[in-house]
Amino acid sequence: MPESTTTLIAVRGMRMRRGRPRSGLRSLWKSPFFDIAALIIVVVTLMSLFPGLFTSIDPRDCNLSMSRVGPQPGHPMGFDIQGCDYWSNIVHGARTSLEVGVYTAVLSFVIALVAGSLAGYFGGITDSIISWTSNVILGIPVGIASLVILYQFRSRTVWTIVFVLVLFSWAATMRYMRSSVMQVRNLEYIQAARGLGVGPWRILRTHVIPNAVTPLIVMTTLSVGAGMAAEAGFSILGVGLRLPAFSWGIQIALASQDGNWQIAPLLMFFPALMLGLTTLAFVVLGESLRDALDPKARR
Amino acid sequence: MTALLDVQNLSLEFRSGGRPPIPALEDVSFTLDRGETLAVLGESGSGKSITAKAIMGILPKPASRVTAGRIMFDGEDLLSLPPSRLRKVQGARIAMVFQDALSALNPVQTVSTQIAELYRVHRGMPKRQAMAAAIDMMRAVRIPDAANRANDYPFQFSGGMRQRIMIAMALALDPDVLIADEPTTALDATVQAQILELLSEITQERRMALLMITHDLGVAGQLADRALVMYAGRVAESGPIGTMFDRPAHPYTRGLLGSIPSAAHRGADLPTIPGLPPDIALRPPGCSFNPRCGFATDECRSLVPLLEPFDARRAAACHHKEEVLADAAVGA
Repeated sequence: MPESTTTLIAVRGMRMRRGRPRSGLRSLWKSPFFDIAALIIVVVTLMSLFPGLFTSIDPRDCNLSMSRVGPQPGHPMGFDIQGCDYWSNIVHGARTSLEVGVYTAVLSFVIALVAGSLAGYFGGITDSIISWTSNVILGIPVGIASLVILYQFRSRTVWTIVFVLVLFSWAATMRYMRSSVMQVRNLEYIQAARGLGVGPWRILRTHVIPNAVTPLIVMTTLSVGAGMAAEAGFSILGVGLRLPAFSWGIQIALASQDGNWQIAPLLMFFPALMLGLTTLAFVVLGESLRDALDPKARR
Repeated sequence: MTALLDVQNLSLEFRSGGRPPIPALEDVSFTLDRGETLAVLGESGSGKSITAKAIMGILPKPASRVTAGRIMFDGEDLLSLPPSRLRKVQGARIAMVFQDALSALNPVQTVSTQIAELYRVHRGMPKRQAMAAAIDMMRAVRIPDAANRANDYPFQFSGGMRQRIMIAMALALDPDVLIADEPTTALDATVQAQILELLSEITQERRMALLMITHDLGVAGQLADRALVMYAGRVAESGPIGTMFDRPAHPYTRGLLGSIPSAAHRGADLPTIPGLPPDIALRPPGCSFNPRCGFATDECRSLVPLLEPFDARRAAACHHKEEVLADAAVGA
C-alpha cells in the first residue's frame, strides 16, 4: 500500500508544518463569558461602523411633542427630551464611545511599547529619563488634572479626549512593559543572540518584545473599557463632548441633568446599560486573553 | 607564533549595590589553537561558564567588570574592541553552544528563523536564501526531515534535537572558535554520546578550536587534547589531558580524578573531596583549596600559589606540586 503510506506521510507533514498550535487561543471559546463578551464587542463594533444596519431613523429627526415618551412600536427605547428616537441615538453614539476607548488604548499601547522597551532594555540614562517622566505623571492627580486640561479647550473632539486620556495613562502601561522587558532582558536566549553577534535593535525587535509584550496586550484590552467610561464621566462633568455630537456619555449626561432621569429613568438606563455591558465585555476579553496567553495563570 | 585565542591574566569581578565586589575570576590564562580541543574542568561555581561568557562578551554589563587581563583573538584584544566590531567577531568567528538549549532558544520564533537570523545579520542574505541556508545547516547537524521541521518551535523538539539546533546556530557561520558550555548536561546518556560525537566530528572536519566546558571528566578525556582545571575562579592546573589524568600535579585535580567511579571502588564508598568549594566572596587566604587539601601547610594558608610551568607543556598552581606528582606516581 505505497499510496496510503505516502498520503499518511503527507498528512503528517502538513500537520507538522503548521507550527505553533493555537490551542491556547482556541480554548477561549469554551468559556460562555468569553462568548458573550465577544458577541457584545462584535455588535457594538458593527454599530459604530454601520449604524444603518441597526436603525433607519435619523437621530436628528426629532419631534418635540414626543419628548420623554416611553418605548413604542418601532421605537424600542422611546424618545429623549428633544423628542429624538433614543435607539437611533444609542446606535450612532456607539461610534464615539468606542473610538475614545480604542484610540486611547492603541495610542498608550504604542507609547508604552516604545518607551517601556527602551527603558527596560537599555537602562541607564534612557531608563532614568523615561522613568522619571512617568513618575511625574503618576504623581499628578489624574481626575483633577484632566478636568483642568479639558477645560482649556473651547471645542472638544474625540481626539481632545483621547489626548488627555493618553497623556495620563501611558505612564502606568509603560511601567508594565518596562518591568516585563527587564525580566526578559537577561534570559539565556537573549544572551545567546547577543553572543552570536545580533545587534541591540534587532534583539529588541525580534527577541525581547515578542516575549515581553503579553502583559501589555492584556492591559491594553482592559483599558478600552476604562477609556469609554472616562469619556462618559467627562460628559457628565461638562468637560467632555457636547451636542450635536452623539455619544453614550452625552446621553447619560443629558439624562442626569435637571432631574430628567427621575421623570424618565429609561433615558439613564439604556445608555448606562450599553456602556456598562461594553466596558464589561472588554474587561472579560482582557482577562480571558491573560488566562489564555499566560500558561502559568491558566487553571 | 601566537595562538588563535589567548586569554592572558584575566580577572573579573561582580559588583552589586554597596557590597564589596566579588572577584569571580582571578588571573585566568590559557591559549587555544585551531584544530585543538581544550576542556575546562571544575565544580559548579568554579568560574568555567563565566570565563566562556567573558570571551563571548555577554556578561551583564554594569554588574560585571574586567579588572585586568586581555582576551586576544587573532591578534586583537576583544575587550577593547568597539561594540560594532565585536559583533562581527561574535557568532561569525567565535560562537557558543549553551548548556540548556530550551532556555537558549527564543520560544516564540521558529528554529529556522533563529538560525537564518545569523545569515541575515552577518552576511546580509535575503530572507529566502537565509532560510534555505538554515535548513542546510539543520541537515548538517543531522536533524532528520529538516525541511519539514524548519518551521517548528523549540518546544516541539526533543532535548537532543534542540541541542542540535543550538549547535547548528553556533556553527552556521563557520566560526574559528567554538565554545561549548556543558552542551550535554541537560541530556540523557545515549543522546549525550551522539551530541559529543557530532561536536567532535564537525570540529575536526572544519579544523575549529573547541573550548569544551564540562564537569564530566569522562567527556573531557574522550574529546579534549588539553585540559584546564579551575577552582574558585582560579586556574589550578593546565596541560595535556593524558599526562594530567595519569599524573595530576594539583591535589584538586587528583581529588577529582579519584572520585570517578571505577571497578576498584566496587562495594566501597566512592572517595570524595572533603568539604565544599568556597564561596567566591569569602575565599580562604592563600591557596583557595587549602581547607580541603591533604598537602596543605602554613605556606598554603598564607600565600596564593602562582600558576607555574613545571615542564614544557604543563603548569600547576600549587606549592607542593612536586610532592603531589611524586605521590601520584607511587599511588598509581
